[in-house]
Amino acid sequence: MSVIGIVSPGFSGRRRGGAPDLPPGQYLTEDFPVLSAGPTPHVPKESWNLTVTTETGAAHHWDWAGLTALPTERFTVDLHCVTKWSKLATAWEGISLDTLLAGVETSAEYALAHSYGGYTTNLPLEDLLDGQAWIAVRYDGEDLTPEHGGPARLLVPHLYLWKSAKWVSAIRLLNEDHPGFWESVGYHNYGDPWREQRYWGD
Amino acid sequence: MTDNRLDGNAAGGALREVFAVDLTAATGQCSNCSQRLALAESRLYTHAPGLVGRCPGCDAVLFRLVRGPGRAWLDLRGVTCLQFALPGAT
Repeated sequence: MSVIGIVSPGFSGRRRGGAPDLPPGQYLTEDFPVLSAGPTPHVPKESWNLTVTTETGAAHHWDWAGLTALPTERFTVDLHCVTKWSKLATAWEGISLDTLLAGVETSAEYALAHSYGGYTTNLPLEDLLDGQAWIAVRYDGEDLTPEHGGPARLLVPHLYLWKSAKWVSAIRLLNEDHPGFWESVGYHNYGDPWREQRYWGD
Repeated sequence: MTDNRLDGNAAGGALREVFAVDLTAATGQCSNCSQRLALAESRLYTHAPGLVGRCPGCDAVLFRLVRGPGRAWLDLRGVTCLQFALPGAT
């Protein structure tokens, strides 16, 4: 794959005086906790597929070769999990959703990400665009392990990490919002860590 | 035709009796594969934003329980018709 740029979004810009300025209610962790709502899917790259469907039913498919032929970015971002740990300055490689969706014609306002294993999470389509989201394929210089969502996961670091669907298999672009796995059982529909949107009504 | 409806508050006593029991002993049916099981037999995933109970037969989600400050959410859409024993009741 080709690496065309190094992107460092401004998530680290809020730190002052050497002490990390974390979102409210978060604590700093140095390891990388593994959270999962079910068995870890082990999807070989040879059979991996990503499908984007639009509100008209048009479907766009990428196999592993097709995905990794797209321009790849290196980016360093902070992660904030709703279970209150934050991990700073994590280094990834992946394909920007701007790149992935460049040829996808849509006027949808919402996206629903699906994973191998059945997980779902919803977010406004605009939160996937403008350099805010990637299909990540490498972490810390290595191929993404199944425990962390490999071979490919969604990464939307400006929202709580449950929005960054591991083992992403499809993204449906929709005219209506459709709450996902956690959003339908108490967790906030949007999930902005800086506004501490953990639960319904926060 | 008589409209035999009551306000939902009238179910309070009956629901309180059921929800006071140990739900892990309740038996139900997986909505996906129809296996009957006690909730204690489910595969529980706890390293997650909530508790997720899955069917030991097909891995489908049976229940999700999220606990927030002063609130909880329980989704049982993956399991149908729970059967409870009511200790002391006849």
